[in-house]
Amino acid sequence: MASATATKRSGRGKAKGGRKVRVMVGKPGLDGHDRGAKIIARALRDAGVEVIYTGLHQTPEMIVNAAVQEDVDAIGLSILSGAHNYLFPKVVELLKKKKMGRIVVFGGGIIPDGDIPGLRKKGVDRIFTPGTPLAEIVEYVHRRVRPRA
Amino acid sequence: MFARKMKKMKMKAMSPERRKRFSTVSDEEVAALYTPADLEGHDFLKEVGFPGVYPYTRGIHPSMYRSRLWTMRQFSGFGSAENTNARYHYLLSQGQTGLSVAFHFPTLMGYDSDNPRARGEVGMCGVAVDSLRDMEILFQGIPLDSITTSMTINAPSAILLAMYIAVAEQQGVSSRKIGGTIQNDILKEYIAQHSWIFPPEPSMRIITDILAYCSDKVPKWNTISISGYHIREAGSTAVQELAFTIADGIAYVRAGIEAGIPVDKFAPRLSFFFNAHMDFFEEIAKYRAARRMWAKIMRERFQAKDENSWKLRFHTQTAGVTLTAQQPINNVARVALQGLMAVLGGTQSLHTNSMDESLALPTEHAVTIALRTQQVLAEESGVANSVDPLGGSFLIEKMTNEMETKAMRYIRKIDELGGMVEAIKRGYPQREIIDASYHYQRLLEKGEKKIVGVNCHPSDEEIPIPILTIDKEVEQTQIARTREVRRKRNARRVASRIDALKDASLSRVNLMPVILDAVREYVTLGEICDAFRETMGTYTDPAMY
Repeated sequence: MASATATKRSGRGKAKGGRKVRVMVGKPGLDGHDRGAKIIARALRDAGVEVIYTGLHQTPEMIVNAAVQEDVDAIGLSILSGAHNYLFPKVVELLKKKKMGRIVVFGGGIIPDGDIPGLRKKGVDRIFTPGTPLAEIVEYVHRRVRPRA
Repeated sequence: MFARKMKKMKMKAMSPERRKRFSTVSDEEVAALYTPADLEGHDFLKEVGFPGVYPYTRGIHPSMYRSRLWTMRQFSGFGSAENTNARYHYLLSQGQTGLSVAFHFPTLMGYDSDNPRARGEVGMCGVAVDSLRDMEILFQGIPLDSITTSMTINAPSAILLAMYIAVAEQQGVSSRKIGGTIQNDILKEYIAQHSWIFPPEPSMRIITDILAYCSDKVPKWNTISISGYHIREAGSTAVQELAFTIADGIAYVRAGIEAGIPVDKFAPRLSFFFNAHMDFFEEIAKYRAARRMWAKIMRERFQAKDENSWKLRFHTQTAGVTLTAQQPINNVARVALQGLMAVLGGTQSLHTNSMDESLALPTEHAVTIALRTQQVLAEESGVANSVDPLGGSFLIEKMTNEMETKAMRYIRKIDELGGMVEAIKRGYPQREIIDASYHYQRLLEKGEKKIVGVNCHPSDEEIPIPILTIDKEVEQTQIARTREVRRKRNARRVASRIDALKDASLSRVNLMPVILDAVREYVTLGEICDAFRETMGTYTDPAMY
């Protein structure tokens, strides 16, 4: 069990002297569907990533503030309520305002294909739709997200 | 004698099997063959018996669907109250027999549409209801004395019930005559679905207030729909779904009795809501075991005397989580199978999912196919002709027994923890579900469990299907309407109603009449919830994973 403030650490996957990749898994908005977010949090943790899970019902502001405080390298957002077109870009926008544009934002959930190009244009790096193998998401994080030196 | 013969049979070389181990979707091992040996010591008459007779394993009515088909009740709500009202009229015109309201997330969480927390969510995942005005529009032209309505609402359930009663009053229909259901199952919100507002204790008080109020004033209302559906969707096994749901039911019955309501006064209006997942026999066994367990618990543990307190009535919804975004038309086949399980399991009402729900809320076309699927089951397949047609099958009876034994093990554990409220505070059911969900995902990734179109039989050519989009103007229109409602009402009376809500919540009086007075004055859902947030506090996600 981890709380919103606690970080799960595992000894694996850490580069010599360097710090491990830190990813925040976030649930913005009001929907309570967290099965996917929790599975991804566990899968990333098992792959040696430091995971911070925000818990449910977060505002974009709460997520961005926590991400800055936790000094994360990426934020993975999960939305299944249909509010992604507002909430995903809002997180990117707030990060940019805080000059934290280096934090990679990716997401998943019930996202219609037609919405993906618009989200990418607004700075969401990647959208994973239902049925994506965990390995693909883990591989993406390993490849795309570098720990800050 | 039979067992000996069996052994001999097993000695005979069987063909090599496709897998080392066969298991259900919940990863319970399944044998190659079930025989009378699996039911040794099983008292068929006592444990299974007859439909309509305790312990109701075979169904709660003697003649089941021969007398009356299940209610076809499609869960529906999107956009504005006008949008959803039009969908209800359409569904009723297509032969649907009951309504089921899906509210948007801000309503579920107790925020009005103009609250900053509602941004981007208005009308997205259900219909926006902020005030009585929205409910009036939602049920325009729908006679509340003849149509029953189920409302999926939990933390603010008392408010939506009050609004429904107020709309019925406007139609000249007394609260004694209206029929329907509020989900009102807050415990499974903490466990799985996560639309909570207040901490567990004040939430349980709201629920017992509803139980007491309805047993007097709204006698045909189902006061709690004790729900395993969301527990299963969150990733539990079938046994966990069954066990945690029954344990939630035990907690509500305990709370009602502790609040001083005689058990037989409220228990007959409790109903249940289960998932129809992908494993055919496991699901049917689950429904049968649920009926038997509840009957025994109500009669033996709670000493209920009224037979109606023993009977577990339930609604079923096919499993949203099993629908795939890949090759979505295949979902029609999944839903047909799942609907069949529910019917073979003796459900009282059924929602069949639409094939496009892995992509968005359903289109009218998709929801029509889903409703037609139920109609095919009812009118063509013949499965509704006999009661509990699988009863007596060695496999089904054995699985039903195992389901009960394993679920009772969980219930004893939860009793040891001090009941479900305490177990939730310790994160026990939550953790069990996360573990089960991750276990299944790993089986899937290893290819030990298969999903067509996802990890086997993929298709290079996806046939696109049309999906429903919510008009972007809904948010602005809805906000404008709620602001107009606030402008037009009597400010002085509103303020006094809000004070009354706070006072009542700090005292021990029943909250229902006070809420009803408030909604009649168009005090909004968000305002009522804010008043209670002030006096009752709020609950936040412990964020375990």
